[in-house]
Amino acid sequence: MRIAKRSELNKNQIALVRLGAVFGALVFGGLFLVVLGENPLRIYVSMVQGGLGSFFRFRETVNIAIPLLITSLGVMIAFKMRFWNIGAEGQIFMGGFAAAYLALNFSHLPKPVLLTLMAGAAMTMGGVWLIVPAWFKAKFGTNETLFTLMLNYIALRWVTYLQYSLWKDPSAMGFPKIASFEQSALLPKIFDIHVGWIVALVLIYLIHMYLNHTKTGYEIAVIGESEDTARYAGIDIKRVILKTMFLSGAVSGLVGMIQASGISGTLSVDLTGGVGFTAIITAWLSGLNPIMVGVVSFLFAMLRQGGSFIQTAYQIPASAAEILQALILFFVLASEFFLRYKVVRVKKAGGDLK
Amino acid sequence: MNVISFLSAVVQAGTPLLFATVGEIFSQKVGNLNLGLEGMMLMGAVTGFAVGYGTANPFLALMGAALAGMVGALVYAFITVTLKGNQEVTGLTLTIFGTGYASFVGSSYVGYKLPESVTSVFAKVSFPILSEIPVLGEIFFEQSPLVYLSYLSVLILGILLYKTKYGLNLKMVGENPAAADASGIGVSRYKYFYITLGGAMSGIGGAFLSLAYIPVWQENITAGKGWIAVALVIFAVWNPYRAVAGAYFFGGLDIIGFRLQKFALPVPIYIINMLPYVATILVLVLMSMKKSKENKAPSSIGRAYFREER
Repeated sequence: MRIAKRSELNKNQIALVRLGAVFGALVFGGLFLVVLGENPLRIYVSMVQGGLGSFFRFRETVNIAIPLLITSLGVMIAFKMRFWNIGAEGQIFMGGFAAAYLALNFSHLPKPVLLTLMAGAAMTMGGVWLIVPAWFKAKFGTNETLFTLMLNYIALRWVTYLQYSLWKDPSAMGFPKIASFEQSALLPKIFDIHVGWIVALVLIYLIHMYLNHTKTGYEIAVIGESEDTARYAGIDIKRVILKTMFLSGAVSGLVGMIQASGISGTLSVDLTGGVGFTAIITAWLSGLNPIMVGVVSFLFAMLRQGGSFIQTAYQIPASAAEILQALILFFVLASEFFLRYKVVRVKKAGGDLK
Repeated sequence: MNVISFLSAVVQAGTPLLFATVGEIFSQKVGNLNLGLEGMMLMGAVTGFAVGYGTANPFLALMGAALAGMVGALVYAFITVTLKGNQEVTGLTLTIFGTGYASFVGSSYVGYKLPESVTSVFAKVSFPILSEIPVLGEIFFEQSPLVYLSYLSVLILGILLYKTKYGLNLKMVGENPAAADASGIGVSRYKYFYITLGGAMSGIGGAFLSLAYIPVWQENITAGKGWIAVALVIFAVWNPYRAVAGAYFFGGLDIIGFRLQKFALPVPIYIINMLPYVATILVLVLMSMKKSKENKAPSSIGRAYFREER
């Protein structure tokens, strides 16, 4: 047996390999459930039911999908350039912080004005939170993975400080929480779901256009393929990096505002719910394609909501959903091998290629 | 006196970082950046705790932890070495998987305490003779046996790396896999071996937290230590001896907030708790600013080796 490069596969074949990988992950996860003494089919069916079975559950799924989708879009823009932004958690926290500052201090403003200001502030803050590591990356080649990750912890400590000390609500009888927003700072609802879902759909369209039909979008793709090519083609790499990273952080920052204003009605250390990390999986699984990001995020939200459902129904910890998500990504990463290489059978066992 | 007890606590706090950092140095030396440290540490921590709780046997607990880290590393090695997958994303996935696994397994142990038979073995014990040394003895040789294990592994791996032909070979695999292959070194075999070794070290580092440091299970027991260890590899310029200094420095930053809590400070404690993360960023920036030949990462890092592409 030896390994050889293969020519490019067409779209259908790629999709088939990906689907096969997801199926493989579900089978593997199922074996795991069998070991735990559960019937995997029954668990999977109840996960889907738990995610979509009634309007209430569907709404919960959409509520989980909104931040995941938007964050994945933000992360995706950075990944396109091979910039490993894993600091979405921090960008969401800092966006939420900026939005909460306005919501708590300017609640007398008319609702549309206040919400617009909150969104603007959240996006700016999120963008700034990412442009700092981006600047160091562009200037000195500082490792952005670790830099953005450390900023997550700093942002979390900062919000902890706000919640437990600086902004602690004195009327909460010693309970460490920040005061709830006034009505004027809460997102309106359409079809009983906060308007974040419309924002998400609009962003899919905008980012799709930006990446595929603008000059910067093209430059991002070139830099992602090869920085040398980009330099040779006369692209101002530093400018494109800074611009794109600001955008990436701004999109994640907006999630902070949407979660604070649409879901929890205040800022807290639970604002992100780990969405910044799940977004890495969804962005990669979607092949860095904005429309697929929408599909994958919705399916993952369903898994998550289904995960909490099986926790109450079968006493299986909700983290089973998280494990399953990671498994799916492992299988897809492994399957990418078959997109690029093929295994050829050799008659004589001469080569010991592994 | 107070200073000595503080420094002794610094060594303790730095030990999980030291295990993970040294493990990752070897993984990177053979050309594989494994961002799954945090995940492997968590897998080791929870497996060690669960085995220790279930069997009351400290050695099985430690073995279980090392094995858990190795399994995580093997999955990573299979995808990145054999299947030539993307190292960054695979490592991140391993961290997400490890976090999920730890919270899945750990959910039934939150707040549980390890049995006496386990904690007593990992409790502090005076090292014969060496603990008699004034000051230094008290700081370094009145520690958990796992701390002594960390000294020993640094020593052995340092000798392996700098004084043996295996060390030369493994550096060659990371610097120039094609040349290593041409001279008859089994590139994949070296990669698998040292990536798995890194996993075992991370697992033990995590287990130090759950078996010796805080023998009561709590969610997210590592609190980002795996990530700090990845940064420490750069700080240590891929040198296991320098990793010791780095690990203790960051261990110190980790506990200084807690130690200072009793004093009236002008800065809120929440801000002081940001210190290890701020310092990591400073290290990253400074290291990237002063680029020199010896500061560079192994040159094949991040890229899979495929014989027909050279």
